[in-house]
Amino acid sequence: MSHDHDHDHETLSGAALRAEALEALLLEKGVLDPSEVDAVIANYGERVGPLNGARVVARAWSDEAYRQRLLADGTAAAAELDIVGGPGGQMERLVVVENSSTVHNVVVCTLCSCYPWALLGLPPRWYKDPAYRSRVVREPRAVLREFGLEVPADKALKVWDSSAEVRYLVLPERPEGTEGFSEEQLAALVPREAMIGVAVLKALAGEGA
Amino acid sequence: MQGIHDLGGRDGFGLLEVEKDEPAFHHRWEAAVFAMMFAAGRAGATGNSDRFRHAIERIDPAAYLEDSYYGRWLGGLETLFVEAGLLTQEAIDEKAQRLGAPADARVASRPQSPPDPIVGYEASGCRRDLSTEPRFALGDAVQTTLASSAGHTRLPAYARGRPGRITAQHGGWVFPDTHAHGAGEQPAHLYTVAFEGQDLWGPGSEPGVVVHLDLFEPYLLPRKEAP
Repeated sequence: MSHDHDHDHETLSGAALRAEALEALLLEKGVLDPSEVDAVIANYGERVGPLNGARVVARAWSDEAYRQRLLADGTAAAAELDIVGGPGGQMERLVVVENSSTVHNVVVCTLCSCYPWALLGLPPRWYKDPAYRSRVVREPRAVLREFGLEVPADKALKVWDSSAEVRYLVLPERPEGTEGFSEEQLAALVPREAMIGVAVLKALAGEGA
Repeated sequence: MQGIHDLGGRDGFGLLEVEKDEPAFHHRWEAAVFAMMFAAGRAGATGNSDRFRHAIERIDPAAYLEDSYYGRWLGGLETLFVEAGLLTQEAIDEKAQRLGAPADARVASRPQSPPDPIVGYEASGCRRDLSTEPRFALGDAVQTTLASSAGHTRLPAYARGRPGRITAQHGGWVFPDTHAHGAGEQPAHLYTVAFEGQDLWGPGSEPGVVVHLDLFEPYLLPRKEAP
């Protein structure tokens, strides 16, 4: 919010100076290589994003046998699409939870900010902020309303608090109006927010609508 | 520990702030912190992820709320480098002040002296085969323990002493409560436990909510259901 802006700026510069100090000391000690920061920016800023998760979702929408394998063993099904965790990738056990006409799922980590990096890239800031982490386990319907998502009162709301090394991905419902779409076309429709469970996909307007 | 990091169910943080088209990093220093996290691992300062998480949850509570995600990592990393004996708090303070930080700037890092032993993983990943059978079966009624650990734990405060039900078994996993403190992996069975919203937040809370947590066997007790 705007009234917080100046305040944020101040504390960020504090952390920025402290980070610069630590970086300088680690460079002097040879613990950090000068090229590493740029490598992180290139790797996490550009290469790893939510596209992997969207590919998994698109495949599940297109291939019923894959959908069943995905719901039974998320890690193995993601590996079929060459999506593997690796160091820090947090894919040792992926559980995919499916939205339906009667159930809506939403994912959080109240204790830190655990998140399926290998599928969704780095988490957005709101996911790591105290407001989301404190509230979504207690009043998920109110939180989702702030995202513009009204979950009907008669629809079950399942919250998944990632308190161990299991990581969660929401399989959204396939929107109407996407019949005949290729997997690539489908993947392009799936935003990160739908795979965390704070958004759903709206029906696409048909021809001439 | 029921630190500031244990946020589930707390009030007072206001509305969500969602940024549109957010970049992966907002500032170069955030990426530097990310790179230093890898460097800490290579230098043997981290030991394991549980220890890193615990270093973050031990930082100054006001800094935890103010410094944003990568600022929290930074506080945890300073703690790890100091506890590993690779840097001193004084050297970091001095460098930061030479770069323009005020002498009375808040320092997030909270190194312990003497620190817990720094112990790595005995094998890759966190899953471990267990020879013991799981104590609980799918559908079992359980109750979480009320005991609060002074150290690292992955049972959030909001779910202590609450009734739940086992909905998944995940086999054996490294136990964070000991691993974070260099007291060994002591693998334990891990379960997903479902809690009815009303059992966590009372009768006036939102209807139709079920909260799932992944909980280690030592957090769980059998619960007798009313006939």
